[in-house]
Amino acid sequence: MKFKSVFDIIGPVMIGPSSSHTAGAARIGRVARDLFGRQPKWAKIHLYGSFAETYKGHSTDVAIVGGLLDYDTFDERIKTSFEEAQKVGMEFEFIPETGHVEHPNTARIVLGDDQAEMSLMGISIGGGKIEITELNGFPLRLSGEHPAILVVHDDRSGCIANVANCLYKYDINIGHMEVSRKEKGRMALMVIEVDQNVDKEVMDELAELPNITQVTRIAD
Amino acid sequence: MEPLFHNVRELVERAEKENKLISEIMIEQEIMITDRPREEVMKQMDRNLTVMEEAVEKGLKGVHSVSGLTGGDAVLLQKYMESGNSLSGDLLLDAVSKAVATNEVNAAMGTICATPTAGSAGVVPGTLFAVKNKLNPTREQMIRYLFTAGAFGFVVANNASISGAAGGCQAEVGSAAAMAAAAIVEMAGGTPQQSSEAFAITMKNMLGLVCDPVAGLVEVPCVKRNAMGAANSVVAADMALAGVTSRIPCDEVISAMYEIGQSMPSALRETAKGGLAATPTGKWLEAKIFGGAVVGSGQ
Repeated sequence: MKFKSVFDIIGPVMIGPSSSHTAGAARIGRVARDLFGRQPKWAKIHLYGSFAETYKGHSTDVAIVGGLLDYDTFDERIKTSFEEAQKVGMEFEFIPETGHVEHPNTARIVLGDDQAEMSLMGISIGGGKIEITELNGFPLRLSGEHPAILVVHDDRSGCIANVANCLYKYDINIGHMEVSRKEKGRMALMVIEVDQNVDKEVMDELAELPNITQVTRIAD
Repeated sequence: MEPLFHNVRELVERAEKENKLISEIMIEQEIMITDRPREEVMKQMDRNLTVMEEAVEKGLKGVHSVSGLTGGDAVLLQKYMESGNSLSGDLLLDAVSKAVATNEVNAAMGTICATPTAGSAGVVPGTLFAVKNKLNPTREQMIRYLFTAGAFGFVVANNASISGAAGGCQAEVGSAAAMAAAAIVEMAGGTPQQSSEAFAITMKNMLGLVCDPVAGLVEVPCVKRNAMGAANSVVAADMALAGVTSRIPCDEVISAMYEIGQSMPSALRETAKGGLAATPTGKWLEAKIFGGAVVGSGQ
């Protein structure tokens, strides 16, 4: 079931005009910012399908930038997000693409600052609901509705067990988990959706585990 | 966790067996799935209802979009009703004007509650605040109206689509109108089965509706499609309450909607490339709003 809550149907409360192209777009931007962990300094936003054709009319552009500034779907500042971005010194560029994608409302956001760069692909599946389908080239399914932990690690045995054990120690239940790698023995990614928010103590402990490169959380 | 219902048949059967309203089944499922207390779930819907109320009020005072394509029609309709000359009747026109009011606010980048989407956000509140004057519901019954609409929308979203880009306008205004019809029936004291008939009758008459927004804006024809969606749902609710049934069961109508959406060309699914968006006037308006070459005279 893609849609779990009645408030996916009667909701969200949002700034118009389009739930998929405005509210969903804002949410994709906001998840990207959450995953990056801080205010990015620049963003390149590639739009596909209906997003590419109608982004100006639907205010998809101001919504994504609003999301990158951490605004919720009902935040009035979405309307003036371009000006707000200038104030915090974030540069952005929109690139409408013609290539075929699986879902008509798809955005790829590449963002970064002086220290790091990240890329994320998100789709807006209707009524403001979104899914994150790719992170730094790794395919994944992330609803963005539960707290989640992303662990970048070396593809070695024991990594997954160590992470699971650590979460068990803090009594954190795993609701959904995916592991993927680009190549055997190289970089791999764990995506773990959990039932509770994960505090800093746990994150620090996860980061200290052997063969772990990076740990990021997405709060609820 | 498994939901209490996967389709309309299961929803109606459960309501009948447990002798409960459809809204009650939806509330129980929400409590179960999200593990939140009833009070909190009811409160959140109450807040959504307030957002809807405020949007209707704002729209009835008169708003205009940045593009200038839409706005002011809700006011025209209310004035016309006051003249006492309306042919289709005050309740129907009231529903239509309040649906228009909501979508005019949406087009003007105002705050609305998506039901099930922003482009189709007018139908459910429009009908609710019109039927309210006839049925005098309590605040709780109004909140329940939204849960009933939500229960049917939940089935559509999971078994078909509520996205215009995926399924055309039939998936958006079509779903909204059918959801509203089912909710009107419950508020008027009809049975869960009658809600399902009203849903099916409405959706059948929305099948095939394409998503062809002029200039890609959620304005033309979206605002007026909400108007007619509202009218459709009030009439279908009356038909179901009169005992009229749908020969094609509700779930099969939903499947048909999905299949039609799948076979709809991309030009007619929210890309602003076909239908009304591709008419000479549609093109002319697009060029006028966004600049660029004006092809043809249009107007």
